[in-house]
Amino acid sequence: MSVKNLIIIGGGPAGLAAAKSAYDEGERDILILEREDRLGGILNQCIHNGFGLHTFKEELTGPEYAARYIDEVLKRGIEYKTGTTVLSIDKNRRVTCVNEEDGLQVYEAGAIILACGCRERPRGAINIAGCRAAGIFSAGTAQKLINIDGYMPGKEVVILGSGDIGLIMARRMTFQGAKVKAVVELMPYSSGLNRNIVQCLNDFDIPLMFSHTVVEIKGRGRVSSVVIAAVDEKLNPIKGTEREIKCDTLLLSVGLLPENELSKMADVNLSPVTGGAIVDDDMMTETDGIFACGNVLHVHDLVDFVSEESEWAGARAAAYIAGKKTTGDKVAVEAKDGVRYVVPQYVNRNGDGPLKLKMRVGNVFKNVRLCVVCDGKEVYAKRKTIVTPGEMETVTLDEKQTRALKNCKQAVVCLKAVEK
Amino acid sequence: MKEMICICCPMGCRLTVDDSDLGNVKVSGNTCPRGEKYGKEEVVCPKRMVTAVVRVEGGDVAMLSVKTREAIEKSKIFDALATLKGVVVKAPVKIGDAVVKNVTGTGVDFIATKNVATR
Amino acid sequence: MKKVLIIGAGVVGCSVARELSRYDVDVTVLERENDVACGTSKANSGVVHGGFDAKPGTKKAYYNVRGNAMFDKLSKELDFPFKRNGAYVLCFDDAKRDGLKRLYDQGLENGVKDVKIVTGEEVRKREPYVSEEVKGALWCPSSGIVSPYEMTIAYAENAAKNGVKFVFEKKVAKLEKAGDKIKVVCEDGDEYNADVVVNAAGLYSDELNNTVSEKKYKIVPRKGEYMLLDKTAGYLTSTTLFQLPTAMGKGILVVPSVHGNILLGPTAADIDHKDCKDTTYDGLAEAFDKAKITVPSLTKKQVITQFTGLRAHADAGDFVIGFAEGLPLYNLVGIESPGLTAAPAIAVDASEEISDYLGLKFNAKFDPVRKGIPCFASMTENERAEIVKKNPLYGRIVCRCEVVTEGEIADSINRPVGAKDLDGVKRRTRAGMGRCQSGFCSERVMEIIARERGIDMTEVTKSGKGSEIVIGRVE
Repeated sequence: MSVKNLIIIGGGPAGLAAAKSAYDEGERDILILEREDRLGGILNQCIHNGFGLHTFKEELTGPEYAARYIDEVLKRGIEYKTGTTVLSIDKNRRVTCVNEEDGLQVYEAGAIILACGCRERPRGAINIAGCRAAGIFSAGTAQKLINIDGYMPGKEVVILGSGDIGLIMARRMTFQGAKVKAVVELMPYSSGLNRNIVQCLNDFDIPLMFSHTVVEIKGRGRVSSVVIAAVDEKLNPIKGTEREIKCDTLLLSVGLLPENELSKMADVNLSPVTGGAIVDDDMMTETDGIFACGNVLHVHDLVDFVSEESEWAGARAAAYIAGKKTTGDKVAVEAKDGVRYVVPQYVNRNGDGPLKLKMRVGNVFKNVRLCVVCDGKEVYAKRKTIVTPGEMETVTLDEKQTRALKNCKQAVVCLKAVEK
Repeated sequence: MKEMICICCPMGCRLTVDDSDLGNVKVSGNTCPRGEKYGKEEVVCPKRMVTAVVRVEGGDVAMLSVKTREAIEKSKIFDALATLKGVVVKAPVKIGDAVVKNVTGTGVDFIATKNVATR
Repeated sequence: MKKVLIIGAGVVGCSVARELSRYDVDVTVLERENDVACGTSKANSGVVHGGFDAKPGTKKAYYNVRGNAMFDKLSKELDFPFKRNGAYVLCFDDAKRDGLKRLYDQGLENGVKDVKIVTGEEVRKREPYVSEEVKGALWCPSSGIVSPYEMTIAYAENAAKNGVKFVFEKKVAKLEKAGDKIKVVCEDGDEYNADVVVNAAGLYSDELNNTVSEKKYKIVPRKGEYMLLDKTAGYLTSTTLFQLPTAMGKGILVVPSVHGNILLGPTAADIDHKDCKDTTYDGLAEAFDKAKITVPSLTKKQVITQFTGLRAHADAGDFVIGFAEGLPLYNLVGIESPGLTAAPAIAVDASEEISDYLGLKFNAKFDPVRKGIPCFASMTENERAEIVKKNPLYGRIVCRCEVVTEGEIADSINRPVGAKDLDGVKRRTRAGMGRCQSGFCSERVMEIIARERGIDMTEVTKSGKGSEIVIGRVE
């Protein structure tokens, strides 16, 4: 058994940023545990550009963005282990991990930061009928096969789901000579960025079909076609609208789920809405000394926001280890009226600094005001021409607004219609 | 006349761009000035960053990710990609190293976006 | 040495192969797919039936009860997961209570131990998620659950260890009588001569028999669709929950798997094609809706995958076991439910009968024990530390959901009758069986298969020829 002040689980963008800022806050006894053979996480396979506009004021590709943070971690000499899988953690912050060289290792950690990211929703979870042939991939798996391993998953492709990974993969497959026949989206809107719809689909005349889904996958051995159909308002397929599309590959981009298997082992309370931990404004979960940030906490739209959130989590974890733990009462921040969730869910009344609230809405809304209401009084409001479920919204409260929230009985974040 | 979606914000305004006179392009359907600027650029000279991978020899990874150092003309995307065919890079590689120079006469290089150490 | 050819490497073929390997005889198993347990044996409920369901006096009843009793010893000997978890047959309607009584009487007559009729409250006391609508139930404590493909693999590995040869991707076209021997003609033109052929061809056992026998059989493929729930749904039931049976079968079950998942299904629909393993929108909806009658709190959110199994339903109604008239062809036809439970007992009788026919001696070197792949996920911390020291590949976790290591995957490929592709690895190690359904690990497993088998990534398949996963290299 070894002792470590701070163990960070995951060496992707969240873990790297958390490590960097914990170090900068004075913490020196840090260990990053990464299950892949390289630091960088999912960014290593996201070879497209569009990362870093907020953080570095320039547009980087995924590997470049990762490299910036990896450099920061290396520069500080922060310890890390790759090829190392954490097998279990418990609420006393006992961490068990394993790798080839060191075998099974057990640590007692002063604090843990969960930075283990998210995973893709698989086919089984969306109940598509049909065969179990080869040729069905989650978009991320296809991305890894092409960009990391250098193998093509197929040549005639249908993509279910218009999340950003699905859109990016439509272009990626096209670049490698595949024919992407359609992107099929269950909802009447895309959760992907407009920029990706334009530059990944429209640029190559790839049709995007809203309110449609794949109802059947056909094929023996390998996928030979999929049957798509329109769906009604309840998202059920409409009989008679079926259409068969010949293809050898179906990519699924149907949502991401925070990966909280470890969190559950440590009795970390999870939010049924985000799928991630319930945290306070220190990014600490309801299990003492266990923090969470990045996509394991809630699925982000931009990596820049992951870095920002994780730097904060790293700093707060360092403060916690240094004995500067925030104590006392907390106020719950509730999501209401169109706002699906808010992170953090709780705010320490005695906590430091101005607050940043991250949230997502449940539908597409136009001409609304995003409001923070404390004890019935609007303390913050921002007009929005449009909000969509695909984009994370951030509310940054100033000192006065923060104080109002910390001193209130009931805090609510909601959407209000703009009066004409 | 061209129809397009503005990418400047989540609104995704449907723009109609009159490109009959490239010296005097008219944009309608936009709700803000950014949309007008975008619509004009998209018909006068649309540009795109191109990203891809090439094979690495002797490296700690199999594939090296690359990008065009700057955006190139949209019409040249596939010509640019063709220049990567069969390219094999020897490790080590540093981010920013040129992989293919002056891609299809654009003056823009394909550069490495990943650090690759030797195996 | 006398030669026996077994056609079909499902649980029936593999169990007969293993039992025959107790004797001094040359046994070869021919299988059309590239692995064992690729047909009905991989896609069924995994229930070791108590034996109250089969009609008294039938072979089904006899072999069910005898087979059931063999599982405790067998599962230890061959190291496959088995659990005697008990089963309820639920009655939702007071008017149909006589159905329970009928099953009870049948159970007694078949020799099933300890069956009794209980009240709805008693059921809910043990299984609190069972519907309030349940009025009463039959309780059968001897009912169990098994991993059907792991059981088949275990039989095959032990058979191979004792000298049985396996030939895969070998489709038999027909049988021909050749004096007192029998000739097996394969689709690729290969021919085998044998002193006895064992017909364990499952869904195709009718067609195989019909190529040479006077007496003809007909198998109607009966399709059953299933949904598999995440292990997090495991709390829903620890016992097997039947509904009162219908003419088409035992109805929709809610049954735990030996690995802690929950299985819903099967539906029952007679179909025309023996190679149709598709799930359907309506079938899955039916499986779910009917299972919800048993456990009302089920949600689709807990589903991680769906699959279809085909039962080999013979028009004869009962198992066909024994030599075909005037031929050295030992038929095992129509071994549908409770075939999995019955297989161990059938195999013992079949091998004895064949041995008597051929006048075989015992194989002095026969070793009944098979050890499975050491399973990292179920080890204690100390055991884990030890095995990684011994084999560092056990320190590389490949499948996160089921905690499967590279050591286990390499072992599954390299052991006798080893895995050849993704599905083969999955059935042997559970890599890809968890909630992400191989999203994270498939590509790592492909690399390991390519490396261990010395093949190219483009040759790695999901389940046999034609199911290649990638089509070429990125150039």
